[in-house]
Amino acid sequence: MTALRGTGRGPWWSGDSRRRLVSAAFVAACGAAVLLAMVPLVMILFFVISQGLQALNVAFFTQMPRPVGETGGGMLNALVGTLVLTGLASLLAIPIGVISGIYMSEYRGTRLATATRFAADTLNGVPSIVIGIFAYAVAVLPFRQFSAMAGGLALGIMMIPIIARTTEELLLLVPGALREGALALGATRARAVFSVILPAALPGIITGVVLALARIAGETAPLLFTAFNNRFLSTDLRQPIASMTVQIFTYAISPYEDWHRQAWAGALVLVAFVLVCSLVARVVTARVQRLRG
Amino acid sequence: MTPPLVTPHAPPVRDPAPAAASPPPPKIDVQQMSFYYGATRALQDITLQIHPNVVTAFIGPSGCGKSTFLRTLNRMNDIIPATRVEGKALIDGEDIYAPGVDVVQLRRRVGMVFQKSNPFPKSIFENVAYGLRINGMAKSRTDLAGRVEESLKQAALWTEVKDRLQTSALALSGGQQQRLCIARALAIKPDVLLMDEPASALDPIATQRIEELVYSLKSSFTVVIVTHNMQQAARVSDRTAFFWLGRLVEYDRTDRIFTAPAEKLTEDYVTGRFG
Repeated sequence: MTALRGTGRGPWWSGDSRRRLVSAAFVAACGAAVLLAMVPLVMILFFVISQGLQALNVAFFTQMPRPVGETGGGMLNALVGTLVLTGLASLLAIPIGVISGIYMSEYRGTRLATATRFAADTLNGVPSIVIGIFAYAVAVLPFRQFSAMAGGLALGIMMIPIIARTTEELLLLVPGALREGALALGATRARAVFSVILPAALPGIITGVVLALARIAGETAPLLFTAFNNRFLSTDLRQPIASMTVQIFTYAISPYEDWHRQAWAGALVLVAFVLVCSLVARVVTARVQRLRG
Repeated sequence: MTPPLVTPHAPPVRDPAPAAASPPPPKIDVQQMSFYYGATRALQDITLQIHPNVVTAFIGPSGCGKSTFLRTLNRMNDIIPATRVEGKALIDGEDIYAPGVDVVQLRRRVGMVFQKSNPFPKSIFENVAYGLRINGMAKSRTDLAGRVEESLKQAALWTEVKDRLQTSALALSGGQQQRLCIARALAIKPDVLLMDEPASALDPIATQRIEELVYSLKSSFTVVIVTHNMQQAARVSDRTAFFWLGRLVEYDRTDRIFTAPAEKLTEDYVTGRFG
């Protein structure tokens, strides 16, 4: 016991007291760093919520934008547009992403798998504006037409590597014993993947998809010259389409007070969407862990 | 590790082959099998015959090759990269390593239970139904349900789970999960059941239930069990093979292995002098 308390001899900067002081200072520094890191997040949330709530009303979700000068109206076209664009992106990215994720985990170590993984990581790091330019070159220029399809393509390309890598990592987490169990019962490799391994990893994969959705729903750059924007409510995939982010951008840089308020409301809705996505992801993960525990 | 086992009354004498005229042909006939992990030779020239409707135990210290050998019998080692097999393994006279052998068909006939229970994250019912479904063995829903019930009864699990077949298999206890895995393996009616240390992760009571189960299964199946527990080998098996450093040292009736082994090495091992 006495040894634990220290000797109590010597000046304060030697031995135990000095060690404790250093430790306390370090813990305090860590705490301060955490607080500092929280400041921007708290301030963003504070501004978005306080400004956004003032402008948010039922009309925001149900009405179309009013002409310049008239107050009121909403962002129905942009809400619908974002749904269409993220839907298109998911249609493109979920199958390609999940299947390449399966390939990377099942054929781990093969050259193609390594190359695919490298490509996915590179694609993940490509600035979104570059992906927008690519989609512009392949899906806008040839048709001389901005379109929802081009916007969906740009967002889908951004989603693919996220989903592929998440799928791969989650499949690798599935215990090898499950695969052996399936094979020992006379399952083929494909059968084992689709009937046992993929279902076991599915909740995690869904979480990954939801987080990828949250990520691309907030993208502006890839849409600027692909989906462009549309003042009218449109669901035509061959026509330009509005989106929350581009609408917020347009409104925010405009000189009109009413548009600024609308932009804040839009920002709040986007933040809320991302928050809901993260919550869904957390709930799903927690439930899965409970099931496994 | 284990106390000496050589006690005059310990192993029950259960001669598998009564002194009848000609013994039945072996179920499994392995001839000069060697197995390589890369350049490492894990099994050296194994030759042995496993008889039908008998429990055969493989014993030996860790790393002696007993599990590797077991896994060659349903070609589970095929999924490990850079492995190679030499020699022959005949099941009912057919070489399972011959070109053109359908591994999927082989594994249907040679079921396996693993050291760590590995139920699928599905319901109890779906776990047992899995093999039946993928092999298209059930003619109808009622047939499927009947076969699932039969297998669970065979694995002595039915009374414990019959009221909660639709709940997750992962909610079962460790011993129950292992019996579920046995039921799952039995459902597709294999000829041979390979068990790789099926009770090593279980408590004594659960272990006893698995052992009783193994003993009851031999009337309908040929059972091969790997164990590092020598008392277990003595209790459940009719014949015992002792492996050491990738070689088959001795293979005989279980009572002889434990009371009058021919090899000094076997005697040292079963009396607990090493391993």
